[in-house]
Amino acid sequence: MKYSNYFKMTIPAISRNESFARSVVSAFAAQLDPLVTQLADIKAAVSEAVTNCIVHAYCDVDEAGKITITAKSSDQHIYIKIKDNGCGIEDIKQAMTPLFTTKAEEERSGLGFAVMESCCDKIKVTSKKGKGTTVTLTFNIRQREVI
Amino acid sequence: MSVTFTRSDDVLCALLSGEIDHHTAADMRMLIDSEMERTLPKTLILDFSEVQFMDSSGIGLILGRKKYIEAMNGAVFIKNTPSYVRKIISLAGLERLILSDKPKGKCE
Repeated sequence: MKYSNYFKMTIPAISRNESFARSVVSAFAAQLDPLVTQLADIKAAVSEAVTNCIVHAYCDVDEAGKITITAKSSDQHIYIKIKDNGCGIEDIKQAMTPLFTTKAEEERSGLGFAVMESCCDKIKVTSKKGKGTTVTLTFNIRQREVI
Repeated sequence: MSVTFTRSDDVLCALLSGEIDHHTAADMRMLIDSEMERTLPKTLILDFSEVQFMDSSGIGLILGRKKYIEAMNGAVFIKNTPSYVRKIISLAGLERLILSDKPKGKCE
C-alpha cells in the first residue's frame, strides 16, 4: 500500500485535548473528501480512543502521560493509530463488551469501543499490562459524489 | 459549551450548545444538576439542536440525569437530535427517550 500523506503528533493526556485531537484527525481526513457522515464517524471514533487514554491509561499516576497519534492515508483508506504508554488493559475482550465500564461513578457509559466499532471499518486493539495500549482504526473512505 | 434553560410549569428544558465529550460533559452535568436542584422539575427535556458533536460521554450525561430525575419521580426526554447524535443514542438503545412530535421547536 502506498501512502500519500501522513502525520504524527504527541500530546499530553489531558481532557481538553480530546477536541483538539479529533479536530486534527478530522482536518487530515477531510483532504480525502469523505462524506460528511463519515467525517463525523472519524471524529467520534478518535474522540473515544483518546478519551480512553485520558480516563483509564494514566489513572494511577499523578503526572499527565502522553498520547501519540499517527495517521496515514492513501486514496481510499485512512489509518489512525492512537497509542499510550499507560497501565494497559488486562482483558481486552471484556473492555470491548458494550456497557462494560470501570468508571460508572464518573458517568462513563461503557460504550467507547462500541462507538469505535460502529464508526470504523476495522479496529485493532493491542495492549500490554504496564506498557500501554494501541488502538488502530481503519476507514475505507466513502467519497462525496462530484455533481 | 453552554446550557440555556427555559421553564414552564413542571417542565425544565435545557438547550445544549457546542460539543459534548468527556471534557465538556462534566461542566454540562454540573449546570443541569444545579438547575434541577433549584427548580425541582417533573420533566427534563434535553434539546440537542445546537450540539455540533457528541461521543459516548453524552450517553453518560443523559443516563446520569435520567437517574437523578427518576429518583424524584420525574422523567427525562430528548429532542432535536442531529443524525450524528442520533447514531450514538441508538447505539445505547435510548431512542425511546426521543420526543418525536410532541413539544416542537427549540427550547427558548
